[in-house]
Amino acid sequence: MAAVRVEAVLAAAEEQEAEKRRSITVEKELELEYDLGNLLAVDRNPPPAAALRGAGPRREALLQALARDNTQLLVSQLWELPAERAGGAGGPLVAQLPEPTFRLPREKPPPKPRPPTRWEQFARLKGIRRKKKTSLVWDEQAKEWRRRWGYRRAGGDPSRAWLAEVPAGADPEEDQFARLRREKRERVARNELNRLRNLARAHRAGSTVPAAPLHPTGHQDRDELRRVARVARVSTASLGRFQPRLPKEPAEPPSRSGGKKRRFEPLLGNLAAERSRQLEMLRDMSSKKPVLDITRAVNKQMRQEEAEAAAANKGKKQSKRGKRGRRQQRPGRSGKKSGARRQPQQQKAAGGGTGG
Amino acid sequence: MRPLTEAETRTVFEKLGKYIGENIQLLVDRPDGTYCFRLHRDRVYYLSEKLLKLAASVPRESLVALGTCFGKFTKSQKFRLRVTALDFLAPYAKVGHGPELAPLPRPLTAPHGYAPLLQYKVWVKPGSEQSFLYGNHVLKSGLGRITENTAQYQGVVVYSMADVPLGFGVAAKSTQECRKVDPLAIVVFHQADVGEYVRNEDTLT
Repeated sequence: MAAVRVEAVLAAAEEQEAEKRRSITVEKELELEYDLGNLLAVDRNPPPAAALRGAGPRREALLQALARDNTQLLVSQLWELPAERAGGAGGPLVAQLPEPTFRLPREKPPPKPRPPTRWEQFARLKGIRRKKKTSLVWDEQAKEWRRRWGYRRAGGDPSRAWLAEVPAGADPEEDQFARLRREKRERVARNELNRLRNLARAHRAGSTVPAAPLHPTGHQDRDELRRVARVARVSTASLGRFQPRLPKEPAEPPSRSGGKKRRFEPLLGNLAAERSRQLEMLRDMSSKKPVLDITRAVNKQMRQEEAEAAAANKGKKQSKRGKRGRRQQRPGRSGKKSGARRQPQQQKAAGGGTGG
Repeated sequence: MRPLTEAETRTVFEKLGKYIGENIQLLVDRPDGTYCFRLHRDRVYYLSEKLLKLAASVPRESLVALGTCFGKFTKSQKFRLRVTALDFLAPYAKVGHGPELAPLPRPLTAPHGYAPLLQYKVWVKPGSEQSFLYGNHVLKSGLGRITENTAQYQGVVVYSMADVPLGFGVAAKSTQECRKVDPLAIVVFHQADVGEYVRNEDTLT
């Protein structure tokens, strides 16, 4: 009896093991193609066509079994990836996925090209092509190669032009300099207007060119760029709260008045933070001071020179044989005399040194 | 009343640094309490956190002064130090002389192991004491003694020959140059003196 029961128990256990193993092994005719970077498994085995025809619970069951098998195969593949424990010994086991190989299709439609500007249309019509210009031009007057425009351009500095000829047929009373200035202003304004019109047209046509102020050109100054950068930072879904800052950009709180009103720290704000900020500033300030204080060094030098000068004066006044008298370590030839002369001079030199 | 901005703090620290050097951090970081600087009507006050919380409940128009006034900002944003800051800049135990003020906490004196905050002193002869107390600069003819190694533009405390602190100033010449200069040249620029307590009685907060 007992033996039969033991056998029955063992058989049951073995059956359980087999069941477990069966649940993780899947038989397939064709191997699946895996793209573990995308967690993708592609099954090219032809499905039993007859069973898939017609809706019904049998079809559902079949599809579910298919899905379960394929998922099991994918998971087995994932378990074979190199893995490590994230966050130390007790952390979760993290597998390192390889690079994805399957190219996913576009999510959004591709960007439309920007429509040609008025000039581009005209140029295409007339067949005008861009002429590549040299960056340097030969200036006959200065006899050297100068820039085409900009600092030290060929043709002299236009702001220092001292002569403006009155053209034939113009009013003799008119101020030519003023006319030149006005015409330049008008040209610049017209250019700017056309640029903005082109941008507006491109924007309206639905191309992905951004609106005018955010369009980068080479001619924007620092303040404009700063403003544009601020707008760009704020145009995220969280209104710029989690945008990383560049290393030297100051972290400024968002000003509700748009930068018009001066804002101060709160009166009773975090005092510990204020203290640490002040200590930091003190550290900066003290680190910038030069270690060698030049004025002190100069003063010390002056003191030394004075002391030496005083000693030299005293030495000269004493005797004709001043050199001998002044020197304190000298092998004595006539012992008593030089010794006697040496002592008073030593005292005087020492006195002069400390007094100077 | 508001905290100082970054630029203002820097100006104040630079000025204070001329007198006490790196020991400003003793003022900022005190073990016996949190002390801070606040600006009220262009004047810089130094006060403890407890006092700050009390002062915050006073309306702005009625608030005259709080804590100790260190100095004020002029219209062109320069910082002028006032004599009321003297107690925080000079070593406190000065033979019992000096104006009656609230007792200074211990950290600013020797037990912390720091050198006395201010080491550069100038003694003024009795004849030109009064001149200095009226707000004039100290001339070479009025100079009694000066600490050795004073650099130019170093902050100094001005004493009378009887070792009474009269105020502070900025050395116009270094000690070496002081010896060589002629008697009518200025040797110490006047910054603040105790005569201000009488002269500017109503405006000294």
